[in-house]
Amino acid sequence: MNKEAMIQSMTDTMTKFTGYMGKRLPDDVMTKLRELREQEDTYLAKVVYDSMFENQALADQLDRPCCQDTGVIQYFVKAGAEFPLLSEVQEILRNAVLEATKVAPLRHNAVEIFKEKNTGTNTGERVPVVNWEIVPNSKSIEIEVYMAGGGCSLPGQGKTLMPGEGYEGIVKYVFDVMTSYGVNACPPILVGIGIAGSIEVAATLSKKALFRPIGSRHHDPQGAQMEQLIEKGLNEIGLGPQGLSGKNSVTGVHIESAARHPSTISVAISTGCWAHRRGTIRINEDMSYEILSHKGVSL
Amino acid sequence: MKKVLTTPIQNEDLENITVGDVVYLDGYLITCRDVAHRRLIELGRELPVDLNGLAIFHAGPIVAKDDDGKWQMISIGPTTSMRMEKFEKEFIKQTGVKLIIGKGGMGPETVEGCKNDKALHAVFPGGCAVLAATEVEEIERVEWQDLGMPESLWVSRVKNFGPLIISIDTKGNNLFEQNKAVFNEKKTAIVEDICKQVKFIK
Repeated sequence: MNKEAMIQSMTDTMTKFTGYMGKRLPDDVMTKLRELREQEDTYLAKVVYDSMFENQALADQLDRPCCQDTGVIQYFVKAGAEFPLLSEVQEILRNAVLEATKVAPLRHNAVEIFKEKNTGTNTGERVPVVNWEIVPNSKSIEIEVYMAGGGCSLPGQGKTLMPGEGYEGIVKYVFDVMTSYGVNACPPILVGIGIAGSIEVAATLSKKALFRPIGSRHHDPQGAQMEQLIEKGLNEIGLGPQGLSGKNSVTGVHIESAARHPSTISVAISTGCWAHRRGTIRINEDMSYEILSHKGVSL
Repeated sequence: MKKVLTTPIQNEDLENITVGDVVYLDGYLITCRDVAHRRLIELGRELPVDLNGLAIFHAGPIVAKDDDGKWQMISIGPTTSMRMEKFEKEFIKQTGVKLIIGKGGMGPETVEGCKNDKALHAVFPGGCAVLAATEVEEIERVEWQDLGMPESLWVSRVKNFGPLIISIDTKGNNLFEQNKAVFNEKKTAIVEDICKQVKFIK
């Protein structure tokens, strides 16, 4: 394959995958939702879960985006330093968004700051968002595609605590956000918490925490313990589906961390709604691909 | 028995409906969200649709034109209603809208508006946008297209549109506020208990 054909191939793959992951939820999310649905016994909670599962079946059958809010498309890239199209990736992803917007179709969600105009293409200043990590000695690229609607982006926030407030301060903050903003963010929610020494690091980590498979645990035993404690505690509050109350609140709680400054503890929260549209794809140097988030799917 | 509201909705139709009830809508549903509210209330611009007795949907859909150039509803779920809280009371008063459909709860101002001018706020299950789209019979017209796809006013005829879970009724009840009180009551003890177990700074 010459370079031009490779670019075309990757653009096609990413166009199709960007459209696809807005229509079908990843396997781990569906498994978790089935598990939570089983536990609900009230009329309203059952009505909502019935609608959710009917909706996913209809989205599949009619081949349409399962939620109308297909977000501002974000790509979190782990690129092999030796991936042959490294210089072209940014442009390929932009073109994939332009094309997926038309063919999926996706909602027009890019509003230019100050001009206050919707571009109508889902592209705009720094959009689609591309976040980069370079993986040494690798020839492939792994791309996390994420669509967050406005509803579950609204709780997103962070603050920098003084060390005196400790991890206790983090817990209090998470619960305050969840019982205020979380209620309206289409529970059951996936909660991503970033802990670091400054706010922008914490914020990025809180988003990356949402890309971990549901139920995976922080590498540090105390981190894992804190995830489990917060998850159990939030579920005891019982936001239920759509905040209408029920047996659970969350599909999971994930913490990602970076070493902090001795004087600061920054905490940030990102949330994913029940329709957590996350897709992971690996593209190899020959442009063959494997979808990691949705098993057995070819585009 | 399945409770159905049909537009134009009369005040009497709403009297016996209480928070937590599930209803369905037949008739006209117009999408109306952030900028449309701002234009009417803050900028004093007249809405291009007469909403008296009708229903609005806090929603920004995905639409597409079919081969005949006619708009088709592809995917339309509710957006967060709380964003419209600062406008809704006055909006209800000025427009005579009777049913506001969205996602999540709304606040005390909307409760007051619903009580004074007889209207309801209801939740369509968030994220269930294809389900909602299949309950739209036809997009009759679209206004204020300069706002872009999500913010335009899409005037649709719907049939059996729901489930709609009543979150604010005409009697001053607010389901989400009731729920939030319960959530907050439970929260204090739970947080205290967790805090004892995360004293990692020693």
